Amino acid sequence: MKPRPFDYVRPDTVEEVLELLAEYGDDARVLAGGQSLLPMLNLRLLEPSLLIDISRLAALDTIHDRGDAIEIGAAVTQNKLMSWAPLQQKLPLVALALNHVGHFQTRNKGTVCGSIAHADPSAELPLVLALLGGEVVLQSRRGTFTLAAADFHQDMLTTARKADELVAAVRFPVVSRQGVAFQEVARRHGDFAIIAVAAVMQDAGQARVGVGGMAGRPLLREIKVERAAEAIGAWADELEGHEDLHASGALRRAIFKRLGPPVIAAASTAKVGGTA
Amino acid sequence: MRRVNRNERVRIALTLNGRRLSAEAEPRMLLSDFLRHGLGATGTHVGCEHGVCGSCTVLIDGVAQRSCLTLAVQAEGREVRTVESLAAPDGTLNPLQQAFRANHALQCGFCTPGILMSFTDYLARNPKPTIEQIRDVLSGHLCRCTGYAGIVAAIEEVAKR
Amino acid sequence: MGEQLGKPVLRKEDLALLSGRGRYADDLPVPVGTLHAHVLRSPHAHAEIVHIDTAKAAGHEGVWAVITGEDVRRLSDPFMAVIKTPVTQYSLAVERVRYVGEPVALVVAESRYIAEDAAELIDIDYAPLDAVLDPVAACDGAAPLLHPQAKTNEISVRDFRYGDPDGAFARADHRIAMTVPFPRLSFTPIECYVVVAQHNAAEGSYDVLANFQGPFSMHPVMARALRVSGPKLRLRIPPDSGGSFGIKLSVFPYVVLIALAAKITGRPVKWVEDRIEHLVAASSGPNRVTRIEAAVGNDGRVLGLRLDQLEDYGAFLRAPMPGPLYRMHGAVTGAYDIRDIAVRNRVVLTNKMPASLIRGFGGPQLYLALERLMHRIAVELKLDPLDVIKRNLIPAQKFPYRTAAGALYDSGDYARAVEIAIGQGRLDDLKRRRAAARAAGRSYGIGFAVVVEPAMSNMGYLSTVMTASAREKAGPKNGAVSMATVNIDPLGAVTVTADVTVQGQSHETVLAQIVAEELGLTPDDIEVVLEMDTAKDQWSIAAGTYSSRFASGTAVAAHKAAVQMREKLKAIGARQLNVLPEDVELAQGKIRSRSNPDNALPFGRVAGTSNWAPTLLPEGMAPALSETGVWTPPELEPPSSDDRINTSLTYGFIFDMCGVEIDPVSYQVRVDRYVSMHDAGRVMNPVVAAGQIRGAFAQGVAAALYEEFSYNDEGAFLSGTFADYLVPTVSEIPDVEILHYESPSPLTPLGAKGLAEGNCMSTPACIANAIADALGVDEVILPATPRRIHALMEKAKQ
Repeated sequence: MKPRPFDYVRPDTVEEVLELLAEYGDDARVLAGGQSLLPMLNLRLLEPSLLIDISRLAALDTIHDRGDAIEIGAAVTQNKLMSWAPLQQKLPLVALALNHVGHFQTRNKGTVCGSIAHADPSAELPLVLALLGGEVVLQSRRGTFTLAAADFHQDMLTTARKADELVAAVRFPVVSRQGVAFQEVARRHGDFAIIAVAAVMQDAGQARVGVGGMAGRPLLREIKVERAAEAIGAWADELEGHEDLHASGALRRAIFKRLGPPVIAAASTAKVGGTA
Repeated sequence: MRRVNRNERVRIALTLNGRRLSAEAEPRMLLSDFLRHGLGATGTHVGCEHGVCGSCTVLIDGVAQRSCLTLAVQAEGREVRTVESLAAPDGTLNPLQQAFRANHALQCGFCTPGILMSFTDYLARNPKPTIEQIRDVLSGHLCRCTGYAGIVAAIEEVAKR
Repeated sequence: MGEQLGKPVLRKEDLALLSGRGRYADDLPVPVGTLHAHVLRSPHAHAEIVHIDTAKAAGHEGVWAVITGEDVRRLSDPFMAVIKTPVTQYSLAVERVRYVGEPVALVVAESRYIAEDAAELIDIDYAPLDAVLDPVAACDGAAPLLHPQAKTNEISVRDFRYGDPDGAFARADHRIAMTVPFPRLSFTPIECYVVVAQHNAAEGSYDVLANFQGPFSMHPVMARALRVSGPKLRLRIPPDSGGSFGIKLSVFPYVVLIALAAKITGRPVKWVEDRIEHLVAASSGPNRVTRIEAAVGNDGRVLGLRLDQLEDYGAFLRAPMPGPLYRMHGAVTGAYDIRDIAVRNRVVLTNKMPASLIRGFGGPQLYLALERLMHRIAVELKLDPLDVIKRNLIPAQKFPYRTAAGALYDSGDYARAVEIAIGQGRLDDLKRRRAAARAAGRSYGIGFAVVVEPAMSNMGYLSTVMTASAREKAGPKNGAVSMATVNIDPLGAVTVTADVTVQGQSHETVLAQIVAEELGLTPDDIEVVLEMDTAKDQWSIAAGTYSSRFASGTAVAAHKAAVQMREKLKAIGARQLNVLPEDVELAQGKIRSRSNPDNALPFGRVAGTSNWAPTLLPEGMAPALSETGVWTPPELEPPSSDDRINTSLTYGFIFDMCGVEIDPVSYQVRVDRYVSMHDAGRVMNPVVAAGQIRGAFAQGVAAALYEEFSYNDEGAFLSGTFADYLVPTVSEIPDVEILHYESPSPLTPLGAKGLAEGNCMSTPACIANAIADALGVDEVILPATPRRIHALMEKAKQ
């Protein structure tokens, strides 16, 4: 379990990162926290010719309050965001979800943007970003573009990022006056979810609900709180449900049916500022 | 901009347990291999090399992380702490180590160094954790011998001091 | 129990292990010029190897050798096996691969990184064959044959009858049967295999360091494969090992492979198994399908039992297999007084990794079937499951009890232990919790399991796999030798060595307690050195750490060595104290007169006599202070002509009960409360004992709910990482309330029995019974994952 050979580069500026991405494209991989990338390298599942280490770039290690959204740079670790003082107030749903992301030790290194760029269909952060209608900031020598999370995350481990682009930041819209809730079922504490459900209240008894683990990417829907069980049931029945070693599609549907309504109920009764 | 090409062996210097040390490594060398076989710090153990078991956990600039998911070159110039740094120079165990011994928190001892390092970081941030917090942090480690009860008891004991 | 023994003495091992100064196999220095090996493995479950092209790999910079099955066939012999069949196995696949992960080639290079690079350059042309994964299907005549020359996959079938099973079944009011599968799993020590081998061409000898665990009956197997006599294979075991649980026996094919690599390259070679290799190919417990049937009276009394045990050992039957099928043979009736039984034992090979030792070793498979059947009897006859258990327990007055199949249960009062557990373990509380949960519409069940836990195997038990006449031809096999040595240096410092391998069981601490007790010292005064060297240490085929042989075996040998030493020191001291030897005692670091304690000499002074002043020794006494205790209990007789066998020396008892609830959202089984009552005879160190019980319990929970080696129908391996093979974390392991009842063994001087495997045997069965109770179903497949629980609940709805 040793990686194949690769060149390593630790640029001093974001511009250098973009130069290298422009030059190497798909042959390069960006190394931020490495909590998903290094296992794949150790298992020889990847053969990048260049690793671009951005973990020391101070310019990317920033949490920026833009007023309507919080912008989190590509080098920001999950634990750094967890201990960001205004998190609970500004991004209560993200605060809830982060508790379920890996372990203390992996969150120390794993980045928020890395999780979103990795695009695991069961991962918590892509689900929350999609549900909140967040954005992904992509930078390249060609310029800076933003993509809606729903457009960014296309399928299992597949995103709209182009080969020369850096996921430079993600933007979570500030949601502080709506009830939110997040729950998941995993085989073991800290594992990727079998099913993760998140909800954020809209106007007039309406919840926006997201589910991870059912398909290749997070699925979203608006649901009336009073008809939650019925609506989730119908929604689950429309879906095949991802099938793997740990859960059949049928089990995933069943868990979603049972996990969805209480999450919606929790969101609808949550103190503003968020609770599980 | 630091660049090291494949198959190029360069000298990597870092601070290990307070000493400035260096050894040669190519870019793909894992920090776990570098510490053990480059610098001879064999107290850090390798259990899975894909980031699940937690045996190889060390502190880099005070932060607990998996050394099997870190390249040696990434730790260049950093301050690395491993289990060898915990006891006093005369061998006296620190309170966390003592609590592990008193609570039979280890049997084969292979996973233990990683757990000690995780809690060295965590208890520095949160000296009085709840039992739920202890279990949450400990869940980042696999132990096959103990059933975990002694480990939880040991950390609780330290937290109560 | 004594000054030292029975006390919660803190572990001697911990100071080094907590400071990062353990000496595990991969920590030890290797000779200058050591090369590193990487194993290339089969991606196919079953295929002919048409051609291997190693040229590119061999030409890669830094590569010393690329070794294939043809090299191995040329330079070594197949491994000896317990059952004589035309099946041959080498340390690399020859001509054919039979499981995913099977070693196919070995690359030896300057570094592990380079070896892995070169392995990617080996070009192998495989012709895939149909694979068979299911043990029942593999017995079918039409199934693909793993070893065509054997003409069958079902390579051993033995029938045993004790008493009159047909009569019992004819007489009984009811016959109740079920089929119980037991899954494949390992307990995956966190340290993987390590081998460092050197070849001395001048002497034609090998020097190998490996984290092997024993039994050392495998040493002749390795030496024979290498075509050398025993002394020319020096096997050294490091002082520390990162866990084993039976799994590290199976490093032995790699000992041979890496030794051959050292011979081929002329350089020392090191191989460190990685986790992916470990999961796909290191070792596994055997999966088993048991058809079990009871003849039962209306009152729930079991009159007769029939078992058909079909055990799946994977692609090869490696020595000492089929151990799990026969280790429990004498105890096949568990804790029950059942005299009329029929047992059919069958061994089948399938396209999975070879199975071997694992903690519990045959017990989990047996007890899951037996205890599920007892629960089922209660359900069928509408009786209380606990009443069915109690009605069938061996009565206390029958001890020592000879079972139908020949085991001699040394001591116990099972009914009393159960009664205490029900009271102190608060069965009434469990019942209240179940009633409350059910009233609230939740699925809650209570399970029980009783287990007899054998310790210190009779080395003759495996010969039960042969017929009596074949055994007669082969010569008798029996017994189990344990050895330990106490040495005293010129200044009176005491050192102990013993025939065990370290894996974390605290043997250093307990041996120090035992020897300190006899010599009037403290455990801190005793150095215990357990690294092993077959060239210099005393060992027998029984040496090693497995089958709970420490408490009933090596501990006794150490006690004997210490007693011998004590008597010698008394004789020496008597002369110097001017008293009779009967008046001498060893206490508080002194050797002194019992009647006049002021007449005393320091321990070291007396002990040093044989070095500094040997002429002062009593007449006829040999000067060296080195005493070896050898222990081989007479009760471990060979199988009788009618196939009765006392499979182990001591037999502990466990009664478990638990309450489980099915999580209504996740379908995860959650253990609400778990109580485990142990009768392990005298407990030598209560802290160590609790640690062993908790560790086994966690593994029992893992087997019941989480861990499984999964293959698909084509034989692809699905549990290849720790993300897919689910070792429970602290969050998944419930608490266990441990109770003790002590019936000292009359057969060992310390009265201790084994206790480290019991919960691997009892816990899967207890949880399975609780799930059956919670869901009101008969069929509970382990591990009872949410996927399986969900399917069960859906089936029950229909």
